[in-house]
Amino acid sequence: MAGKSHGRLRPYHLLLLLPLFSLWVPFYNRIDPTLAGIPFFYWFQMAWIGVTVLALLIVYLLERRSGDKL
Amino acid sequence: MRPPVDAVAIAVFAVLFGLVTVLGFFAARWRRGDLDQLHEWGLGGRRFGTLISWFLLGGDLYTAYTFVALPALLFGAGAMGFFAVPYCIAIWPLLFVVFPRLWSVSHRHGYVTAADFVRGRFGSRTLALTVAVTGIVATMPYIALQLVGIEVVIAALGLHLSVNVAGVTVELPLLIAFVILAAYTYTSGLRAPAMIAVVKDLLIYGTVLAVVIVIPVQLGGYGHIFASVAPSKLILPALPKGGLGAQSAYATLALGSALALFLYPHSVTGILSSSGREVVKRNAVAMPLYAVALGLIALMGYMAIAAGLQTMPAYAEGFKAFGTNYAVPALLLHSFPSWMVGVALAAIAIGALVPAAIMSIASANLFTRNVYKEYINPNCSDAQESRIAKVASLIVKAGGLVFIIGFPQTYAIVLQLLGGIWIIQTLPAVMLGLYTRWLHPAALTLGWLTGIAAGTWMASTLSFKSATYVLHVAGLAVPCYAAVSALALNLLVAAALSALFNLASRGPRADATTAEDYV
Repeated sequence: MAGKSHGRLRPYHLLLLLPLFSLWVPFYNRIDPTLAGIPFFYWFQMAWIGVTVLALLIVYLLERRSGDKL
Repeated sequence: MRPPVDAVAIAVFAVLFGLVTVLGFFAARWRRGDLDQLHEWGLGGRRFGTLISWFLLGGDLYTAYTFVALPALLFGAGAMGFFAVPYCIAIWPLLFVVFPRLWSVSHRHGYVTAADFVRGRFGSRTLALTVAVTGIVATMPYIALQLVGIEVVIAALGLHLSVNVAGVTVELPLLIAFVILAAYTYTSGLRAPAMIAVVKDLLIYGTVLAVVIVIPVQLGGYGHIFASVAPSKLILPALPKGGLGAQSAYATLALGSALALFLYPHSVTGILSSSGREVVKRNAVAMPLYAVALGLIALMGYMAIAAGLQTMPAYAEGFKAFGTNYAVPALLLHSFPSWMVGVALAAIAIGALVPAAIMSIASANLFTRNVYKEYINPNCSDAQESRIAKVASLIVKAGGLVFIIGFPQTYAIVLQLLGGIWIIQTLPAVMLGLYTRWLHPAALTLGWLTGIAAGTWMASTLSFKSATYVLHVAGLAVPCYAAVSALALNLLVAAALSALFNLASRGPRADATTAEDYV
C-alpha cells in the first residue's frame, strides 16, 4: 500500500478546490434564471453538489491510476 | 385543538421502532468481536467497509435534528437556512484530503479518539485533555437536541402519555425510546447504530422520494411553492452599503460548520471505525449524495409555507409547543395517508437514535481513554476500560435526557451553538497536527483558550441568540460566524507563540508518530 509518491500534490488536486466555489455567495444570490419555477439560488447550489461528486470522483480515480495518494 | 390520535400511523411507527430495537440488540453478534476491548465496543473493531461506513457516516452527520430544524429554518427565516447545502459541499474535499491521514496514524498506533492522536503527536497530556473535554462538552447538547427530535415526532403522533418521575413530568414514549437506546448501545456498542443506520437511511430516502413527488403535485408544482414564499426571504438581501450583510454570514456559517464537523467526536468515531484509508476516501466521494437529500428536506420548509399550515387550527397546538420545529411533522400529517405518516415519523425518530448512540459512544471513548485512563487509573485492564466506556455512555445519554426534561429547550439550542464555536478550536491541534509538529503544545493550548474565550464572548454580546458577530475590517462591516473569527485568533496566537516557544526550547519534542504513519 505504501509507495514513494505518497503525499505528493499533483496539478489535478486543484480540482478539489472546485466545490469551494459554492461559498462565493454573490455569484448565485439571484432569482433568475429560474429552472422549472425554482430560483437560481436554489438550483445552482443543488447542481453544485453534482459538480462536487464529479470533481472528487475524478481525483479519486486519477490517484488510483497514478498511485499517488494525497 | 389536539391532532386526533391516528391508530394506523402509531401502529406503523411502533412496528418500525420495534424492528430497529431487535436489530440493535442483534448487532452485538454481527461480525462478532470481543466487546471487552474498547476498539471492538467503541469502534466496531475498525471493520466497517465502504457501504456500512457510508450508512454510518450518513446516520451520524444527518441527524433527526437536521430533518426537523433545517426545514424549520427555511420555514421561519428563508434563504439563510439553505447555508446547509454549501456546508455539506465544503465538507467532502476536506474529508478526502485531511482525514485519511488521521485514519492511518490511528490505525498504526491504536488511537481511538482524536485526543489520543494529539497525546501521541505532541506528547502533552494537557493539550489532549483540552481536546477531550471540548469534545465531550460540545456533544452533550447535540444528544439533547436528538431527543428534541423524538419529542416533536411523538407529539405529532398525538401520543400524550406522561408519567411523573420525582416530581417532573416525563413523556412516557420518550422515556421508553431512551431506555431502549441506552440498553442496546450498552450491549452492542458501535455495531448497533451501524446496523440501524441502514434501516434509517432506507426510510429517510423513501420519505424524501415521497415528499418531492407527492407534495409538489398537491401544491401545484415547485413554481407555486417558491411563489408562496415572501420575496424578501427567497434570496439573501443585496449587499448593504459599507458591509457584506447576510452574504458573508451565509458563507462563513457554511465554511465554519464544514471545518467543525469532522472535529466532533462522533465524526471521528465514524472515520476510525472504517476498515481502511481507501474506505474514508471512497466515502468522501460518495457522501455528497446525501447533500441532495438534505437540500430537498430543507425545501420542506417552503412546502409547509405553501400549504398554509401555520394558520390551520389542527396544527396550532404543535406550533405553539415547538415553534417552527413543528413545520415538518405538520406537513407530513397534512399531506400523507396515515401509514406513510407512520413511516416518515419513524424515519425521523430512528434518525435521532443513530447519531445519539454514536455521540454517546464517542464521548464515552474520550472519557475513558483521555480522562479515566490518563488521569484516574492508568493501569486499567482492557476489560475495565471497555466497562468504564459502557457506563460512561449511559451517563452521557442520561445527561442529555435530564437536559431536555429539566431545562427549557432554548438552553440546549444555545449550548449546541456554543458547541460549534468551541469544537472548532481543536482544529489547530487535530487537523494541522496531522501535517506538522512545528506547533508547540503550550502554544496550541493557549491558542485554544484564546479561541474559546473570544468565541464565547462574541456569542455573549449577541445574547447567545445568534453566532454571527459583526467584524469591522477596514471600515467594512462583515458579519462572520463567530467560530471562524475565533479560530483565526486561535491560529494567530498558536503560530506566534510556537515561534517564540520553539526558539526557547532545546532539542526536539516527544512525538510518538513518524512521517510514514500518516500515509
